[in-house]
Amino acid sequence: MTKRDMNRIEELFNRKSQRVLNVYFTAGYPTLNDTVGIMESLEATGADLIEIGIPFSDPIADGPTIQESNGIALDNGMTLKLLLEQLEGVRHKFGLPIILMGYINPIVQYGIEAFCQKCQEVGVDGLILPDLPMFEYLEVYKPLFEKHGLLNIFLITPQTSESRIREIDQNSNGFIYMVSSASTTGAKTGISQDQEAYFSRIKEMNLKNPTLIGFGISNKETFDKACENANGAIIGSAFIKAISQEGVIANNINEFIQSIKG
Amino acid sequence: MKVKVDERGYYGNFGGAYIPEMLYPNVEELRDNYERIMQAEDFQEEFQSLLKDFVGRPTPLYFAKRLSQKYGAKVYLKREDLCHTGAHKVNNTIGQILMAQRLGKKKIIAETGAGQHGVATATVCALMGVECIVYMGAVDMERQKPNVERMRILGAEVRAAESGSKTLKDATNEAMRHWINNPTDTHYIIGSVVGPHPYPEMVARFQSVISEEIRKQLLSHEGTEKPDYVVACVGGGSNAAGAFYHYYDDEDVQLVAVEAAGLGNDSGESAATTVLGKPGVLHGSKTLLMQTADGQVVEPYSISAGLDYPGIGPVHAHLFETGRAQFYSATDEEAMQAGIELSRLEGIIPAIETAHALAALNQMTFKAEDVVVLNLSGRGDKDLETYIKWGKY
Ligand SMILES: Cc1ncc(COP(=O)(O)O)c(C=O)c1O
Repeated sequence: MTKRDMNRIEELFNRKSQRVLNVYFTAGYPTLNDTVGIMESLEATGADLIEIGIPFSDPIADGPTIQESNGIALDNGMTLKLLLEQLEGVRHKFGLPIILMGYINPIVQYGIEAFCQKCQEVGVDGLILPDLPMFEYLEVYKPLFEKHGLLNIFLITPQTSESRIREIDQNSNGFIYMVSSASTTGAKTGISQDQEAYFSRIKEMNLKNPTLIGFGISNKETFDKACENANGAIIGSAFIKAISQEGVIANNINEFIQSIKG
Repeated sequence: MKVKVDERGYYGNFGGAYIPEMLYPNVEELRDNYERIMQAEDFQEEFQSLLKDFVGRPTPLYFAKRLSQKYGAKVYLKREDLCHTGAHKVNNTIGQILMAQRLGKKKIIAETGAGQHGVATATVCALMGVECIVYMGAVDMERQKPNVERMRILGAEVRAAESGSKTLKDATNEAMRHWINNPTDTHYIIGSVVGPHPYPEMVARFQSVISEEIRKQLLSHEGTEKPDYVVACVGGGSNAAGAFYHYYDDEDVQLVAVEAAGLGNDSGESAATTVLGKPGVLHGSKTLLMQTADGQVVEPYSISAGLDYPGIGPVHAHLFETGRAQFYSATDEEAMQAGIELSRLEGIIPAIETAHALAALNQMTFKAEDVVVLNLSGRGDKDLETYIKWGKY
């Protein structure tokens, strides 16, 4: 891989600060070898970045839809090793930033250093590791992530204190993942007044990082609402549902993304 | 050896708080306050008085004469089976309900395997008039029916965990998800020395009353506070942590932890984490964990729902790694036989979890003057159906 001056995620946000669309899907779902095809369809239909879920047996931050996709992906035989193999060479045909999202245990078993190295090799740009504590990150992981050009993306929620948001902002790069409500993924739909108050509170904090809103973003209406309050949004469960439908997956993806972008 | 949790919640290499940001404020609130709350005078007064008058503590330390003859050592049983609700679990739920009240929490959730922790939680919620939801694996609901109904009689809602193996691990996942979705008014009463810091330490402290009493009681029986062995079964490890707690620094007291070997440790159907596990992260802590090479958690198996968990508390991973405790495991068959043996020799039908600890006596060698304290963590009422199905008595 040629060395890049700037991470693709940073490049993206330098270029685009509104209506950034980040789409999550689970590696190995609906079938084992769908991963790269889904990525290509997402790029073709105009997603801005993609977040590939590393399936885990015990995804405690996820609601039923993503739990089920994790279970099916594992039954299909997906592993972290296989996912990284599937991504080999993908950079010849795929230009969007790639984020891997996953619980820490499979990564610990793979080996942190080996994982970071392989991520860099195949062209991964960032990581979302929801159960990685901040101090572990700062002490053990950060130097490795930096060495291999990987950005670490932290989550904040409506309950996250202001001082912690500042700390997270300080230690993040790329963007901050704003969890829209106190919930597991896919649990709530729609955006309430409480949430809007939370969104404006964050806006007024003038964070150094861009923000993307995720959890409960499922259609054009919620996407638009999120984009009024942040630099864009992340769609997960609703996308998983869309690719679970009958029919050609590329067509389903196209239809779904068009319906969101309007 | 010092077995102390450090500021970040580690026992040596194990522990910590590996939680998604959604749980951070709740866990942080508990971490910042539990020590102060536990040590407050009014807390201690209420805790001690409930342990005495509601739970029935101190539980006896009983010299088991016929069992002693059988094993050629002086065997004492710490009678946690005589606690109200039938197991040690209630020591922790009393402590945690008082903690929840002082944190201003209005609702309680819990996970349960055998149903003992669920019953103990439902009990303290009834006592305090607090709403209670207990998550239980659908498979466990089937094999521990009486406890499901006990929880319902006590006014708790029992929700079936239908994901994964439908046992304790999955009930724990569901309880954590519930907590994520209800972040402000709910306290999660974890039932063992597992979970993110400060749970393992807090639960151990509430259970440490067991070894506090053993020391005093043994002094009057034997003229010394220190036995040669303390033996306990380990699911998550709360009864063991309670029985070991005040002996950690006494290197001449051998700590013996007994895991469930299911159909045998080579059979693929076992729950013996120290035999089959590797370091990993589950339910908020780094510990020993049964998992695949890819880091997926393996479904354990044991006849005993309370031991059917793929990990152990981080303190036990530390005791194992440092050699401070010795680990044994007992199969379904060995445990069931040991359960019947205790029934016949001492007139006590033990919980099947506890029967695993009893089965280890067979694997150990004693000198006649050895003093062995075995933590009789619970009684077998809830397991009658399993005993009947097994049938060999
Ligand atoms: C009687 C009894 N003993 C032991 C256990 C195992 O739990 P722990 O290892 O936390 O003591 C249980 C759990 O349900 C139990 O009911």
